[in-house]
Order: sequence, then structure tokens, then C-alpha cells
Amino acid sequence: MNLLLSLFGAVAQGLTWTTFALGVFITFRILNIADLTCEGSFALGGSISSVLVVVFDWNPYISLLVSLLAGMAAGTVTGLLHTKLKIPSILSGILTMFGLYSINLKIMGQPNVSLIGKPTMISVIKDMLPSATELGIRDYTLQTSVVFVVSIIFSVATIAFLYWLFGTEIGCCVRATGNNETMVRAQGVNTDMTKIIGLAISNGFIALSGALVTQTQGYADVSMGQGAIVIGLASIVLGEVLFFKAKNFAVKMTAIMCGSMLYRIIISMVLRLGFDTNDMKLFTAVVVAIALSIPNFLDKKRVSVRKEVHK
Amino acid sequence: MLKLENIYKTFNKNTVNEKLAINGLSLHLKKGDFVTVIGGNGAGKSTMLNLIAGVYPPDSGKILLDGEPITNLPEYKRAKYLGRVFQDPMMGTAANMEIQENLALAYRRGKRRGLKWGITKEEKQLYMEMLKNLDLGLESRMSTKVGLLSGGQRQALTLLMATLQQPKLLLLDEHTAALDPKTAERVLELTQQIVTANSLTTLMVTHNMKHAIQYGNRLIMMYEGNIIYDVSGEEKSKLKVADLLQKFESVSKGEFANDRMILS
Repeated sequence: MNLLLSLFGAVAQGLTWTTFALGVFITFRILNIADLTCEGSFALGGSISSVLVVVFDWNPYISLLVSLLAGMAAGTVTGLLHTKLKIPSILSGILTMFGLYSINLKIMGQPNVSLIGKPTMISVIKDMLPSATELGIRDYTLQTSVVFVVSIIFSVATIAFLYWLFGTEIGCCVRATGNNETMVRAQGVNTDMTKIIGLAISNGFIALSGALVTQTQGYADVSMGQGAIVIGLASIVLGEVLFFKAKNFAVKMTAIMCGSMLYRIIISMVLRLGFDTNDMKLFTAVVVAIALSIPNFLDKKRVSVRKEVHK
Repeated sequence: MLKLENIYKTFNKNTVNEKLAINGLSLHLKKGDFVTVIGGNGAGKSTMLNLIAGVYPPDSGKILLDGEPITNLPEYKRAKYLGRVFQDPMMGTAANMEIQENLALAYRRGKRRGLKWGITKEEKQLYMEMLKNLDLGLESRMSTKVGLLSGGQRQALTLLMATLQQPKLLLLDEHTAALDPKTAERVLELTQQIVTANSLTTLMVTHNMKHAIQYGNRLIMMYEGNIIYDVSGEEKSKLKVADLLQKFESVSKGEFANDRMILS
């Protein structure tokens, strides 16, 4: 029972991070940019959402929307640094992330903000339901169920929105930009614009995820985004392993959602085996490094086979 | 319709690698001209095409298209008037996207792009017919990723994309140089077919003197960033490879006709 509960908890947590992984997917796989802004915009989403709820008593759901817009602004800054000031993309992301650390501290006024005693997006719904004792289940189970339902709605809605967006004329241009900028410009599209759009959308959903995570875990922390890109990459890579035959764009994104859940399941299992929590980052880094390098070796093999055929 | 006036372009200015690529070039193209451009490595052929396409601006001089100055118009804005096919077959298409998606991108060249769906049913019908005309069997592979096509197929597709929205000027930058001879001939035939059918004004850079003579109604030869020989009409049709070689020799004292040009 305990095992099942912790699995359920891991799945729910994975779902709150799905929009994050999808955001990383947009930059890393579609735009072909490793965008480190995400670590800052994730914490930005958390900071804004927590402060709006704690200090300004806003509805937690409206705070999510503000977080999304703020994340888009952060992505736009990275995009402008990269396209207009010609700073390499990875450095642009690092600069924005670095600056966001101070901004997040300014927003929160302290390194972390607790939502205890305030209505969160989870407690608002829990209040509408009968209590856990009335239902005859543990409070943790009820809490996790609400998190599960709310975040699966957000994840599916995000997938649906992105599927639509990247199928539109503008979305197609963003996809093509990650493929071949020269061609996109030759077809009369401003590639500076498509890159900025991609970065803005990506970081918008990353900030939304930061707000979701903050609302479900009950606090925001200025360093909550630290190393987050690796978790996002792990989710993408795990999803690609799970659905290696996926061609359809919606299926690919669903795969990432599953990858995000699988990542949390693996971590919770490894922790149950008695490993130190502090070792998890190293563990994740090694797994991602291996998973990202495997396709390269497979490609090499394929190329050499082709060469031999030609001989 | 295309006018280049006294263009200069230097790369890596004020460094040891300084290179004067275009040296006071002037060129005037009439509507419907099919001009082939030859010249040795570093003669400025590709630079000239890139200047027309707006990849970089000239240091001085003017570029006019149909009387409208486009000298400093950004590349993506003047793309409305230009169809381009590159030397590298990878350059003209998006490898991870489907054939029909690539065509849909090209179909919207010069048009406003919005939040409408990126490809419509009627378009697909149109693309299928156009691909049938290419006669490469691509019409049954519309949802194949372009990355899986051969170099020749990709160049043929790029050619189709460049002319899907009729351009004022078609720029071909050694678009058959990376292909094997048989495929190159096929792509050139297609080029001729498309250019004639749409009576396009065309500028085709080639390393192959035979092709330069065989195609088009006018031939220009470039050397050290300028035009040294310009021939059209009847005089051009009587040209022989030997004549061109001799012309090369006389201006460049032998260094001009490199192995690649003689062998091809």
C-alpha cells in the first residue's frame, strides 16, 4: 500500500513537471537551442504565483496566468539577446537565468515563500470536496488525487494547445527554423521573430510549471529551478525511449508527459532502495548523458554500414 | 528588370584575410533573360548571388529590382521576389519536416502568415499534381520526411519550392554541383522545363562550361569580382567550350581554367 501510494505521488509530481518538460522540448528539440533561461523562468513562475497568493490574496488560478505571461517575457528577453544583440543562444539563456535570480529574490523579498494557511490551487478544490475522513481515505491520498487530476488537465490542455500552435502557419515556420534557418529566410520568414516566439512560448509554459509545482508543494524557493533543465531533458529522453516509434507530434508530446512521470517513478524507487537524496542529481546527470549519447553511436554504426555497402 | 550598379564588396576588411570579392560590378538583366554565370573559384559568382538575395549588404553600389531599390532590404523581405536553389541540397529544405510541409512553407512565400492551419486540403491536391510533373515518384510520399530523400530529389523539390510562388527572379547557385552527372542532367532538364513554362528571369551559376553554353540566352564570365565577358543571342549559341577556355586563358594567364572546369 505504501509503495502504491508513493508511486501515485511520483506520478502526480511528474504531471506537475510535464509543462516544464514540454517547454524544454520546444527549445531543445524544435528550435534546436539548449535554453538555460528555463531554470530562471521556472523559479520566476513560482515566485510570482506564491507572492500573488500570499501577499496580494489573488486567486491561485489567476496567479498561474500571470506566471505564464511573465515566463513569456523572460523568454522574449533571451530571444532579443540572441537575435538582436547576436549573443550565442546558450549564453543568452545563461544571462537571463542569472539576472532572473536577483529578480526572483526581489519579487519574493526573501529566498522562499510558504503558502501554508493560504488557499492554493489544490486546497481551493479540496475545500469543495468532502473531507478525507468522510471519504474514509488518508489525507495524503486525497491531496495527491487532486494534484493528479488538476495537473493532468493542465498537461493535456498544454499538449492540445501546442499541437494546434505548431500546426499553424506561424508554428510551421518556428519548427522549420530549428531545422534550417537559411531555408526559412529564403521563404520570406523573419527567423529572429520565429526564434523569439519559440523561446517565449517555451518559457511561458516553464513558468506555468513553476507556478504549478509551487502551488502543489506549498512553497516557492529561489533556487527551485537549479538543475531543472536536466530533469526536463531526462523526461524528454525517457519519453523518446518509451515511444521510440512516435511520428505524430501529439504522440511525441504525450511521450514526454509519460517520460516526466517515469522519471519521478524511477527516482522514488531509487530512493526507496535506500540511496542518498543528495546523489540523485549525479544519478540523473549520468542517465541523461548516456541517453543523449546513445543515438549518436547508433548513427555512426548506421553510416559505417552504409559505407561498406557502397564498397 | 534586375540592375546591379557599381557594386563593391570586401570580406574581412582590415585583416590579413581581406578579400575584395566584388569589384565595381554592374549588371543589367532583361525580363525573361536566362543568364548562365561561369568563373573560377573566388571569382565572385556566389557572392554576387548572395548580394542579390540579401544574405549580406554590399559595401557600396545599388541593387534595383523592377526599378525598386532593394539594396538594404533584409533577406526575408526580398525573398518575396526571389526563388533560390543552393549548391548544398541540404540548404533548401527542412529535413525533419514532411515534403508537403516544406511545400506549404514555400507556397506562403511573400504572403502574411497567421494562425490559420499550416496546410490545407486543396493545397495537398495541388502539390500532388506538381510532384507528379517532377516524375520522381514523390507524389506518393507526400508525408515522408525530406531528410530521407536523395540529393537529387531534394534539389528537384527545392526547385519546385522556389517557383511555387512565381518569383520575379530565380537564383540558382551551382545547384547541380553536388549531384552525380546523371542526376545533374535530370535536374537541369527540370530547371529548363520550369523556367520555360513560367518564363522566369533566371541567373544560374555553374562550374560546367558545357551547361553554361547549352542553357540560357546569355552567358557571363566573371573574374576577380567583375564581369570580363558577356555574350548573348546568336553569338552565345555558337560558342564552344574551347572558345571559353581560350577566353579564360587570355584574361588569367592560365590560372583560371582549373582542373574541375576542364574535367566537368
